[in-house]
Amino acid sequence: MADSVLVIHENDNVAVALRDLEAGEEALFRGKIFATALERVPAGHKVAICEIERGGEIIKYGEPVGISTAVIPRGAWVHTHNLESGRWKRT
Amino acid sequence: MEKDVSISGYRRKDGRVGIRNHLLVIPTVACVNGVVNRVGRAVPEAVCAPHGHGCGRGGERNLVILFRVLSGMIRHPNVGAAVVIGLGCEVSNTKTLLPMLGDIGKPLAVLNVQEEGGSLKTADKAIGAAREFLEELAAARREPADWNDLLVSVECGGSDAMSGITANVAVGAVADLLVDRGATVMFGENTEMIGAAHVLARRAVNDEVARKITEMTDRAETLTRTVMGDMAGLVISPGNMDGGMSTIAEKSLGCIVKGGTRPVMDVVDYGETPKVRGLVLQDGPGYDADSMAGFAAAGSQLMFFSTGRGTPAGFPAVPVIKVASNSELYRAMEDDMDINAGNMVEGVPLEALRDDMTAYMTEIINGKRTRAEENGMDIFTFMTVNPPF
Repeated sequence: MADSVLVIHENDNVAVALRDLEAGEEALFRGKIFATALERVPAGHKVAICEIERGGEIIKYGEPVGISTAVIPRGAWVHTHNLESGRWKRT
Repeated sequence: MEKDVSISGYRRKDGRVGIRNHLLVIPTVACVNGVVNRVGRAVPEAVCAPHGHGCGRGGERNLVILFRVLSGMIRHPNVGAAVVIGLGCEVSNTKTLLPMLGDIGKPLAVLNVQEEGGSLKTADKAIGAAREFLEELAAARREPADWNDLLVSVECGGSDAMSGITANVAVGAVADLLVDRGATVMFGENTEMIGAAHVLARRAVNDEVARKITEMTDRAETLTRTVMGDMAGLVISPGNMDGGMSTIAEKSLGCIVKGGTRPVMDVVDYGETPKVRGLVLQDGPGYDADSMAGFAAAGSQLMFFSTGRGTPAGFPAVPVIKVASNSELYRAMEDDMDINAGNMVEGVPLEALRDDMTAYMTEIINGKRTRAEENGMDIFTFMTVNPPF
């Protein structure tokens, strides 16, 4: 099976979809299932590969790229609807 | 590894090496762009670089940049001869510009529209000079060059989430190889380092360079906050967001991978030529066109430019190698793309892609034309710091 996602760094809690994932599709990388998509995740977008608590860091490239604004379940699409920039919080 | 791949170029009197031997026709000010375009129609072999600047803006910093970019382009190692078209009353007039240029060690013609009797007479004289210079340039021969003669800049624009995963990672691997061969590699886009400055500062060669990195990114961040307000954290284009990037930190981390992993040796100002070899950062803006002009003014002979959404942009006199981050883009804009880094997704290992890119780069250095060169996709504009008045 071809990889459907890319996990860039071992500490990451999100994977990047290599193609559009529909709900129910597996996030597969190098033979391992990291999550099952709970909703549509467009190609290039992030999918949570573990549950992320509200206020938790979103880790990609092994570095924080944002802060979650809600509990993000494993398999959920992660984007501006459920994270904010940790650098400059929106008011 | 093919360490001894030989490269060639045109050695200039100032010691630098060009990988092209172009005739450049450049205006000092936008008012005379029409003259430059007229010369370009009559002498299609000339590289014409019309632009929108040269007057109407003040402030010391603005003037420094204006003269640095114009003189950097005229002195550029890929330029073997230049025709400069001035107006006469502009801020960047040739009486001020020429003393800054000094002896450039190459054929140079300078014509001012207000002195030559108007645009048509100026164009006629410029066409004559251009044809004469082209004959001289045709006699030049390439000589062996060294990798440490090269200043290669890396840029990304129209990024998508794949840019930071495929194309920039592959360009970064080539950047590491270039540094290891003795070349200088430069990247800029200070707004695209925001949120990733600590990663770069950690790689600084000494505390002084680490301080420069932090100062540069702090300044870029302050400016971004002033301009963007509450939306500053999301200062990425709608296209970037559609592609899956959520924050500037995410975009920045994906951006800085294109510079590779070697120590950061220095930070130079916009358009300033690095004095050290190895990886160097340019304190310049994120906008592709302005950023490339800074690299060119610094004397970059070659650029890599990764793109995810797809931009055809090249640069006058400087070959720009376009690297597509995904196969869909590569197929959709095949005429504009030199490299498909999207094949990493289909299982091509990074090392194989890097070696293919290096082989292609070597051909480009030795005279093969990039897609942007073939297609004539040059754009030339540069940074300004004040609004016009």
